[in-house]
Amino acid sequence: MSTITTNTTTKGYVENGIFPSNDVMLDLKNLKKVYPTPKGDYVVLENLNLQIRKEEFVTIIGHSGCGKTTMLSMIAGLNNISGGNISVLGKHIKGPGPDRGVIFQAPSLMPWMTSLQNVLLGVNQVFPHATKAQRNDIAKYYLQKVGLEDAFHKKAADLSQGMQQRVGIARAFAIKPKVLLLDEPFGMLDSLTRGELQDILIEIWNKEKITAVMITHDVDEAIFLADRVVMMTSGPRAKIGDVLSIDFERPRTRKAVLEHNDYYKYRKHLIDFLEH
Amino acid sequence: MKQSITLGKVTKFMGLGFLTTLKDLFTGKLDKEDFKSFLRKVVVPIVSILLFVGLWHMGAKTLYNIEADFKINKALEERGQAAADAEAACIASGNVTCQPNSLPSPAQVWDSYKSLLRDHSTISADKAAFKEKTAALNEKRIAEGKNPIVYTGRPSFVDQIFRSLKTVFAGFLLALVIAVPLGIFIGLSPTLKSAFNWFIQIFKPVSPVVWYLLVFMIVKTLLIDSSEDSSFTISFISVGLCSMWATLVNTAMGVSSVDKDYINVAKVLKLGTFQKIFKVILPSSLPLIFTGLKITISVGWMVLIAIELLAQSPGLGTFVWEEFQNGANDSNAKIIVAMFVIGIIGFLLDRLMLTIQNSVSFVKTDAI
Repeated sequence: MSTITTNTTTKGYVENGIFPSNDVMLDLKNLKKVYPTPKGDYVVLENLNLQIRKEEFVTIIGHSGCGKTTMLSMIAGLNNISGGNISVLGKHIKGPGPDRGVIFQAPSLMPWMTSLQNVLLGVNQVFPHATKAQRNDIAKYYLQKVGLEDAFHKKAADLSQGMQQRVGIARAFAIKPKVLLLDEPFGMLDSLTRGELQDILIEIWNKEKITAVMITHDVDEAIFLADRVVMMTSGPRAKIGDVLSIDFERPRTRKAVLEHNDYYKYRKHLIDFLEH
Repeated sequence: MKQSITLGKVTKFMGLGFLTTLKDLFTGKLDKEDFKSFLRKVVVPIVSILLFVGLWHMGAKTLYNIEADFKINKALEERGQAAADAEAACIASGNVTCQPNSLPSPAQVWDSYKSLLRDHSTISADKAAFKEKTAALNEKRIAEGKNPIVYTGRPSFVDQIFRSLKTVFAGFLLALVIAVPLGIFIGLSPTLKSAFNWFIQIFKPVSPVVWYLLVFMIVKTLLIDSSEDSSFTISFISVGLCSMWATLVNTAMGVSSVDKDYINVAKVLKLGTFQKIFKVILPSSLPLIFTGLKITISVGWMVLIAIELLAQSPGLGTFVWEEFQNGANDSNAKIIVAMFVIGIIGFLLDRLMLTIQNSVSFVKTDAI
């Protein structure tokens, strides 16, 4: 464990430390979340500090119920901040907005709309001045990217879970957010489909390089996708426990990652953390 | 093959799935696997209908005998053996003047049904003749700026059905126009919800009769100068007010309980209020709104009969009441005919709503 940390330190930055401010996309400072209960306040998160750089892909793992989703929905602006602050490119966030695209755990498509209409719902909102044809092109481009060129006009309700989540990915990328937030987007899928979608996600991401924060329960997924894996301590009063840099080259292939010498070292590090 | 798929889809869509099974039977497409479902879907209902008719027949006969015995005994007590024999003979002969007045048998009801249809064709012919006769005269009257002469004869049973349908649809439209927008507002705003809640809770259980009286009080004054018959207006408004509650409550519930995921998507995309309502909230509450509308049209049709009866507005309710007052020997049978017609139309209205619901909403609802 210590060897890896040292490795990254020598590369010029400190885990969980302060990066040059013009390099930081998302900054969480002393973040706190409190839920009042009849028995007194329940502190979910406290003293949570995390900086995520531009064009960085960060995965977050931690035990169920530790507050990962709470943190992500606070970044999305869907959950109130009890203390501290969150800023995107130095500006404090106020409520939700399309600069932070979200891919939810459930695909959350409007089932009465076609996949194209679902993507257009966001595109129309973000590019109000584009012509109808341009907006259609954007939506269709991303649907093609996720492999749904044959399903533009299928109702979301008629698509399989995996296909629906593909639309979810297309919808999130199509609005060209500054930050992409992914709340365990593949948790409900079978492992085969999950692998396919990871490949699709990383392929689009390699091209768009949108700063991404993704929650996952899957250690392999965390390593395969991330530049850094953030480990959260168990709640209550959860905070960042440890950060692991994944120094594989991009673009990555699953095969190369699995065969890499460091892979099992990273894996062991994460599992050691989760088991203690 | 292709055609049967389409038919199957259409009938299932309309909640009339048993028709497909029936068609498969006649085209010989039924295999052994389907035979059980054929038994369940077609044979069982037919057997139960036959059983029902049989029980009805026997019950009617028993009631008839009780009435007949009572009549004969009464004649015996009051006027002696000879009168009793004459009464018995008269009843046995089928003479209409001395028939016991009891629950009509299925056969009598069927006969009345046919006689009502005959009556309808007589009246239609009469109407057509009248129209032909007055056509030239009416043209002249219209040219002179006078009102044309209209047919004022008695309406037939079929005419009454259409009058009733017109009333119920007018009432339904009124309920739709009031309850759906109001329900949306109540569902969207907790403030409006608490403002309207007591109102809904108190007025929802009020009986149709009272609604009729209330509407009568108001409309009577509003139309005080009008010489036209206000009974139609009063009855359709009463029907609308009685039946709108289900739609109001369901719409409000549907709107306030939209899936949180959809709301989150709308928030993340920062959809405007209008877009949020029309693209997210309304489509997602359509299934519940339609459940409400289905209840509304059923309730409307049910209370219509009572309201027409009170309002003396022409229609099935008036028909039933007039037949009851009339007391002719086939009046009871005609009332039973009306009962079946009311039931069947109610069923068809329900299926109509189901069809519309399935064509506009994303959740396909199966018929119950």
